[in-house]
Formats: sequence, structure tokens, C-alpha cells
Amino acid sequence: MSMLKLGIPSKGRLQEQTVDWFGERKIAVQRTGSDRQYSGKVIGVEGIELVLLSAGEIPKELAAGRIHLGVTGTDLVQEKIAGWQNVVLEVEPLGFGHANLIVAVPAGWVDVVTIDDLDAVAAQFRSEHGFRLRIATKYHGLVRRFLSDQGVADYQLVDSQGATEGVVKNLTAEAIADITSSGATLQANGLRILADGLVLRSQATVFASRVAEWDTGALAGLASLSQKTGWDIDGALR
Amino acid sequence: MKNDRRARIREESDRLSDAFVAAGALPVETDSLLPADVLLDLYGEDIRARAFVTHDSGMGEQVLRPDFTVPIVQRHMAEGAEPARYTYNGPVWRKGARASAGGSEYIQVGYELFDRENPGEADAEVFALFADTLKDHDLRVATGDIGILLAAISALNTTDRRKAALRRHVWRPGRFIRLLERFGGLSEPLEHRADLMVQIAVKGVEVVLEEAGPVQGLRSEAEILDRIKVLQEDAKAPPITGEEVEMLETVLDLKGTGGEVLKRLRELAEVFPALGESVSRMETRNAALGAKGVDAAALPFEVNFGRTTLEYYDGFVFGFFAENRPDLPVVASGGRYDALTRVLGHGRSIAAVGGVIRPEALLSVAGVV
Repeated sequence: MSMLKLGIPSKGRLQEQTVDWFGERKIAVQRTGSDRQYSGKVIGVEGIELVLLSAGEIPKELAAGRIHLGVTGTDLVQEKIAGWQNVVLEVEPLGFGHANLIVAVPAGWVDVVTIDDLDAVAAQFRSEHGFRLRIATKYHGLVRRFLSDQGVADYQLVDSQGATEGVVKNLTAEAIADITSSGATLQANGLRILADGLVLRSQATVFASRVAEWDTGALAGLASLSQKTGWDIDGALR
Repeated sequence: MKNDRRARIREESDRLSDAFVAAGALPVETDSLLPADVLLDLYGEDIRARAFVTHDSGMGEQVLRPDFTVPIVQRHMAEGAEPARYTYNGPVWRKGARASAGGSEYIQVGYELFDRENPGEADAEVFALFADTLKDHDLRVATGDIGILLAAISALNTTDRRKAALRRHVWRPGRFIRLLERFGGLSEPLEHRADLMVQIAVKGVEVVLEEAGPVQGLRSEAEILDRIKVLQEDAKAPPITGEEVEMLETVLDLKGTGGEVLKRLRELAEVFPALGESVSRMETRNAALGAKGVDAAALPFEVNFGRTTLEYYDGFVFGFFAENRPDLPVVASGGRYDALTRVLGHGRSIAAVGGVIRPEALLSVAGVV
């Protein structure tokens, strides 16, 4: 019989906290084989197949229906899945992996406190420099939607997959939109978060795929998991 | 079966194209892959949400043609003498289109007119041509003129900077209203702005800058000082009066038949003479439409129409919709886009008005495909 496929992060703090979270609910998630192998199993609940994936891969696997449930950040789901509400169901926020996607500018820009200021400065910058003010980010979809909803003009997004705090110093962007948990790194790099520059509040969350095949086996696995977690999503997935 | 559908659409698009050629347009072809930098500069990030951007290691970012405007205007700037009429007939690609609305690839048949001498005549020519080409179909017509809103902004008795800020956001209605409310003193004063002004007054701007931390990146300290000066001037400028805010809101809400709107606009122009020019533009256009057999006074007219399209129209606008078929996209649409050509021409202005028809939507209305 088919099983319910549960995807969890394959490494790091996010994996530890996920394992702990399930452990507190008497669901023992164990790695099998050596520590370097990306496989594992669930003890104490029948009909679950564990899939270890990088947190960034989990949204894609959910959207493809290759896993039924997955633990990953809200930011990644909303960034990577177009029309995510139709593709996945938010089952439960897990209370860890908190991170905010924010817009930040150089601390020395005393005249820029809000998104409204950023918009005005974008116009000034474009007429001064002849090109659109550059905002570096890896969250293109989320940031574009946010700025478009806010009616910001005359900016462009430039891609930055890592060390985004450094781009202003390197003159490759004028502002950034990035994930931060405390803001300390930003501060150390001479950047300041805009007062209304919160794009998204993200945390580790269990998502269910709406497009995966929820056959009898998968539903049976879900039922035994739900007994321990108290989830009630069966109806929403059928 | 699928090929039958394509063949029918091709037949229809050729028929429309022939009609535009018969009206005097030169048929032109353009590339399907367009350089991304030009489109990004013109439309901004919106283009990435609406067009397919692709990448080539040699040529860099390329965009699958989301419409014909950019290549046609560029071609015209390079070689066109005026007046010039162009027509095109080919596929465009747009992201996020519903499958029921024809999907992400569809044919556009367009007509563009470049003529700086008689804008009213040019507007009328394009609209009358579309109305005539579509006359056998049961379509709802919408018209408008974003130039009226731009004229209303010019009529305000306030600083040029505020007018420029409002003009810049004509195509973003949410921010436009927020700006208007702020300039009119209708929203809460910005606390952080007031704080900054007090700090600068007390400590001096140099100290405030020094305390804030390093100025890094391309935006220089001189630019920050410039903007502070602008903010200080703006703080001294009196709010836009309630009467003028109301006038602008009235203009935004103007809606009815072309005749009704023109009458209301004439009344407003008696109080706000700067609106007079848009009144006479509308009169000229209506007369030109009348000469082509279109009763402009009876056409539905709405100042707000066409403000949120990608095309950034800034004058006369029109659309033809399938009544009772909300599943279908707009069948035909067009308008004047002088501001867009000014950006493309790097300040050189080219008066341009044009429109497109989606043949497959037209056939759906007729129940053919």
C-alpha cells in the first residue's frame, strides 16, 4: 500500500527543531544509515515515508505533488510557488525558524524612513543617475508584489543569492530586501530597516500539497499522524 | 481540431490586418525576442511579472515580446517620416493569463498612428477605424481621457514638485490618492518627518547625518542634502485647498456619456480655467469623431478608464469588451501614449496613438472558436 510522504529539512538547526517538534508529539523521526545519508524513518506512526530534503527544495516537491506534507519556511513557499494558496495548504506554523523579509537602506539616508520615502528617492535617484534605483534580493516575487501593492515606481530588483548586506558597499545596489532574524547583521553593515518595510513574517510551517495524490494509503498515514498532532485537514484535501 | 482553431484565428487576423492596410497602414514585422534592458527601463519591474524574461549567455536578458509598442516606436524613430501609419499581426506572450482567456500566447493585430500635427484628428481616426472594423460584433465600448486628469493636476495651485509627484503616480491609483491626501493635509502628519526637521533645526544637518551612520552606496551625501532641502520647502508649502482636492476627486469620478462628461468639465473649467485646454481637446476630438460618423456625445466616457494598464496611456483611451462574457479578455483596446514614447526617445517626443485587436477573442464573441 502507498504511504504518506513527509518532507523535512535535511540538515541544520531547522532539522533539529523539526525533529524535536515531532518528538514532543510522540512521533520519533530518525535518520537511518550514516549521518551523511539523506534518508530516515518515522517510528511510532504507521504509513509514513520520511523524505529528507533541503528546505529550499521542499516547496518545489510540494508543488509537484511528490510529497504530501513538508516542513519549510513560509517565505520559501510564497516565493517559489506561483499561486501558492491553490497549491498548498498551511497546516500548522511550528513556532521556530522565525525570520522577517524586510526592506533596508543605508543608515546614513536620514531622509528615508518609510516605503513612501523610498519611492520618492527612487524618482530622485533615477533622474540623477539615469537608471532605476536598485534593490538587491533573492526574493524577487515577494518583493515585487509588495512594492507593486505599495505603488512604488522607478526601482529595479537585482539578484543577490548571498551576502546581500554587502551589495550597497560594493555599489551593486542602493537598497536591499532580505531575510533577517535580529537585524544585527544589517546594523553591522550600516543598513537600517524601513519603518514599514516588513514584506513578510516567516516561520517554519507544515504545508500539505493540494496537488499530491491523496489515495487511501496517504490518507491513512495522515489519519495516524493527525491523532498525535490534532490536525484536521482531511476534508480540505479531499 | 486544434489546427482548425489556429487556422480560423489566422484567417481572422489576416482579415483584420487587411482592413488596417486598406486604411493606409504599412505592414511591419518585428523581432519576437526583445532586449530586456529597454523594456525594464520603460515599464519597470512590472514587466517581469507580466512578460517572459529569458537569458542567453551571449546576449544577456531577452524578453518574449509582450506587445509591439516598443519595436514599432523604435523603428519609427529610426526611419519614420510623419505622419506614419503602421500595422502588425503576430503573437505576443504574457505571463499569468488564464487558459480560458486564451492562455499566455495570443495574436495581436494592431494599428499605430504617429502624427504630431492633429492629435484630436489622430485619436478620432484610430477610434473610428476600430469601431468600424468591429461593427458587426455586439461589444460594449468604453472610452476615457487620462489627459483630463493630467490637466486637473496642472490646475492645482501648489508647488511644481507636488504636481510632478502626482503626475508620476497617475498610473498607480492607490499611491496617487495617498499623495493627494497628504498634500491636501487630510492625512495624519508624518511624525518621523517632523522629528527629522526638529533634529535638523536643533543640531544642524551635518550632525544629524554624522550621527545616523555612514552614507554608503551610489546615492551621495549631496543627494541626501538635496532631498532634505526639498522636504523643508515642502513643509513650508501650504496644503492644497479643500476646494482643489474636491475638484480633483470630482474629475476622477467623472463618468457618463461623452456629452455629459463634457458638460460637467465645461462647468468645472469656469472655476478652474486650467481645465479649459482639456475641454477644447475633447471638443476637437468629438468634432473629428463626428466627421467620421461616430456620435461622441453618446459614447460611454470615464476619466478613470485605462489607468492601470501596462501601456501607460496619457491621453484618449478606449476599449471594446464582450458583454456578458467576463471570461473573455478585452477584445480590443488602445489609446494615446505620448509619455511612453518620450521615455523611449530619451526626451524626444513622438505623438503616438494606436490600438490592438485580439482576433481569437473576437471569434469567441461570434461563437466561432
